Amino acid sequence: MENLLSLITFIPLIAAVVLALFLRGEDAAAQRNAKGVALLATGFTFVVSLFLLNGFDPSNTGFQFVEERQWLMGLTYKMGVDGISILFVMLTTFLMPITIAACWGVEHRVKEYMIAFLLLETLMLGVFCALDLVLFYLFFEAGLIPMFLIIGIWGGVNRIYASFKFFLYTFLGSVLMLVAMIAMYMDAGTTDMVALLSHEFSSGPINLLGWQIMGGLQTLLWLAFFASFAVKMPMWPVHTWLPDAHVQAPTAGSVVLAAILLKMGGYGFLRFSLPMFPVASDLLAPLVLWMSAIAIVYTSLVALAQSDMKKLIAYSSVAHMGYVTMGIFAVNQQAIDGAIFQMISHGFISGALFLCVGVIYDRMHTREIDAYGGLVNRMPAYALIFMFFTMANVGLPGTSGFVGEFLTLMGIFQTNTWVAAVATSGVILSAAYALWLYRRVVFGDLIKESLKTITDMTTRERAIFAPLVVMTLLLGVYPSLVTDIIGPSVEALVSNHQMAVLDSSSVVQIAQH
Amino acid sequence: MISADISTVLPEILLAVYAMAALLFAVYTGKDKTTPLLTWVTAGVFVVLAFWIGLGAGTTAQAFGGAFIDDGFSRFAKVVILVSAAAVLVMSQNYMAKMNLGRFEFPVLVALAVVGMMMMVSAGDLMSLYMGLELQSLSLYVVAALRRDSVKSTEAGLKYFVLGALSSGMLLYGASLVYGYTGTTVFAGIIEAGQDGLSLGLLVGLVFLVTGLAFKVSAVPFHMWTPDVYEGSPTPVTAFFATAPKMAAMGLIARVLFDAFGHATHDWGQVIALLSVLSMFVGAIAAIGQRNIKRLMAYSSIAHMGFALMGLAAGTEAGVQAMLIYMTIYVTMNIGTFAFILSMEKDGKPVVSIDALNMYSRQEPLKALAVLVLMFSLAGVPPMVGFFGKFYVLTAAVDAGIAWLAIAGVVASVIGAFYYLRVVFYMYFGDETKAGLDGTMNPVQWAMLMVSALIMVVGVVNLFGVEALAQAAAQTLVH
Repeated sequence: MENLLSLITFIPLIAAVVLALFLRGEDAAAQRNAKGVALLATGFTFVVSLFLLNGFDPSNTGFQFVEERQWLMGLTYKMGVDGISILFVMLTTFLMPITIAACWGVEHRVKEYMIAFLLLETLMLGVFCALDLVLFYLFFEAGLIPMFLIIGIWGGVNRIYASFKFFLYTFLGSVLMLVAMIAMYMDAGTTDMVALLSHEFSSGPINLLGWQIMGGLQTLLWLAFFASFAVKMPMWPVHTWLPDAHVQAPTAGSVVLAAILLKMGGYGFLRFSLPMFPVASDLLAPLVLWMSAIAIVYTSLVALAQSDMKKLIAYSSVAHMGYVTMGIFAVNQQAIDGAIFQMISHGFISGALFLCVGVIYDRMHTREIDAYGGLVNRMPAYALIFMFFTMANVGLPGTSGFVGEFLTLMGIFQTNTWVAAVATSGVILSAAYALWLYRRVVFGDLIKESLKTITDMTTRERAIFAPLVVMTLLLGVYPSLVTDIIGPSVEALVSNHQMAVLDSSSVVQIAQH
Repeated sequence: MISADISTVLPEILLAVYAMAALLFAVYTGKDKTTPLLTWVTAGVFVVLAFWIGLGAGTTAQAFGGAFIDDGFSRFAKVVILVSAAAVLVMSQNYMAKMNLGRFEFPVLVALAVVGMMMMVSAGDLMSLYMGLELQSLSLYVVAALRRDSVKSTEAGLKYFVLGALSSGMLLYGASLVYGYTGTTVFAGIIEAGQDGLSLGLLVGLVFLVTGLAFKVSAVPFHMWTPDVYEGSPTPVTAFFATAPKMAAMGLIARVLFDAFGHATHDWGQVIALLSVLSMFVGAIAAIGQRNIKRLMAYSSIAHMGFALMGLAAGTEAGVQAMLIYMTIYVTMNIGTFAFILSMEKDGKPVVSIDALNMYSRQEPLKALAVLVLMFSLAGVPPMVGFFGKFYVLTAAVDAGIAWLAIAGVVASVIGAFYYLRVVFYMYFGDETKAGLDGTMNPVQWAMLMVSALIMVVGVVNLFGVEALAQAAAQTLVH
């Protein structure tokens, strides 16, 4: 199985091409076929990816399943996974069939919809597998195209504004990263990420237009990458595209956006910022930590004030991503374990929450919180599932949400107590907005005329939630499933980082003597 | 000696003779009735010449005392020029016939313009440079005003002519200064005279030369003619303007800068960098307000020229290679895009407003998809090939230590992405009730659109080997 990663990455693409070329017509049968092919392809991808997980050796902290081919101008087509990236691959392959199943109700240009999602899956998997800078950039950036179309074509009323904002915001972030990548290429003479990980970028202070820049080249590169990943993540204050995009995107689009696309930012920090620019990361970590702390508190408060369900969950996503960035830049084993865990678990939970909104949106065609109330009377199953994921979102022990938050907070406490204190208040705030949302939507008397005939979840809808519930519970009670796989790689990452930082500070001390 | 010279210039001579023979043939036979035949034959001649030049010996030869240089660089540029001119000719045939513009002069003038362009990229002397440039320009002035009964078209021709004459004047002034301070017009002599740094007079001459040439590639601030000429000219002529002459002018700039002023990279590097950054920004920002797709493409070409100039500003072999790759990709994208623009019509009349694209994806999914690919490629979004063009020039710029230009370039490309996205927006998210295009498309145009779009996607595998060819070409120019 030498080409396992390429196989996993490109199965969805092949399915998309097959759909584009061979599926004709717009009638019900054609629509059903399109959905069937997409579900089959994503399901098959998941099955193949299980072989990947099976063959993966967690104790090996290097890259596994590596493939390498020559490409243009000294670039290589290089793919591989390590303990940090493999779970993101699994998360993507796991969630895509669910996403496809969740858009069964779509009737508008179904074929194109399925093609867009299949394309998106290939690009997302590519991001997590690529081991060449430019290849990474290619996948990272190309993902904008299908998402732009998904929001723009199948989105809500204000979709045009949201799609343009989404595209231009993230495009601006990532072109700066492109320049940084080129600078890295010039400095190291290679775009091979494995070689770059061991390359030491100079960190001596430099003068730029009269400004003394601590950390020199590393700082500049770090900032360029930060511009891209912070937008993608998204971090406060560049998060404003996310609520717009989420609100306007169709349900399945929101799920993919929240559950997978946001994780690219966190993955980027772990893959580039931290290991490649350790000195700059060390210098700028306080900035990130405080930005994260502000994000957690501020967006939680903003979430409290929302009247649109999707917007509320979108702000809650930003808050949860705050824990992730905080954990990553606390740079110790618990914090980074927690950050990765939080990303995985947020993938399940936020995806499920957006699906929950989708369930009632499909019935009532509104996301206004005020339009609901007392749903528990007619939709007991829905109330139960929504309750479960609300609790998971709050971080109730026993769900995966708890493990991620707890680990990151424990990690950050060792690094920066004040940030930890501020961030912990976010736990309370998240309970406030999530439970309040739940109360307004589900509890109370069923007084609204329009809701009197609403029906409970269908079997298909229940089936979609089942795997998400299982995973959230499983990871909540048995977190070693994740930490065993990521542990050794994270340990290597942390020790390399600390060594590099120590090296550079000793150099500075010698210079001072 | 003379026979060796002639054999070096043989492709140009043959093409010039062909153009004159074609003119005579048409005048003495069916006149405009011969246009379709003439168009196809001319395109055929272009392609044959392209093969001949492309597959010819890989050596460097000079003719007429260094006034004409036949090297890898010129051959690369010539192949691009010939192939793109052929493509534009065949895809415009149908449009011209429909618009009652099927004059036999068009293919003949295009052939003459191509001879001029081939001279330009091979110029090794200020005299041959000017000869080539004027032959090309004069032909282009005429074709711009091809639709004599249209005010806009004649305005375009006149505007182009007046401003073109002005720029030629500046170029000549610069050339005379250069001659005055070096005592020679041959590039090899100029570069020798400037070995130990440029004298002030020579520097001023260089600036005037660059000014004149910048006008031809419509680099800001010498771009004012572009939108009006693009809009006023018949669309096939616009398509021609946007492709082959741009390659030729870019090749000519590279020739002059490297062959005649190769030691003074530092002096002209800043000038070119300034032109580049202005072009990228003006092209990106001014296009936002455009509703006419031809004007939009005019600003788009200005922005693209800015990127190509970035490669030159680097002043290195990698920079020239990047410029050549960029231009090749640019020309390919533009052929596809203009094939589509040529086919835009409603009730048999051509349409140029982008509003007409409303919900085109519903009407013509395949063509809309091809245009989508081209638009994202023009915007430089990976994985389309257009991204690689940008990637090469950015790499060259950062490598040459002008990272600020690269950063400015990527910022401009984000601004520019907006108007390409808007075309996609109309086609995919637009208002169904305003849908307004006939679905028909001439098979040649269809083929051009599809091939161009396909190249933008499939090219990501290895760029069809253009990388190595461009590198070999750049090597012969930069020593």
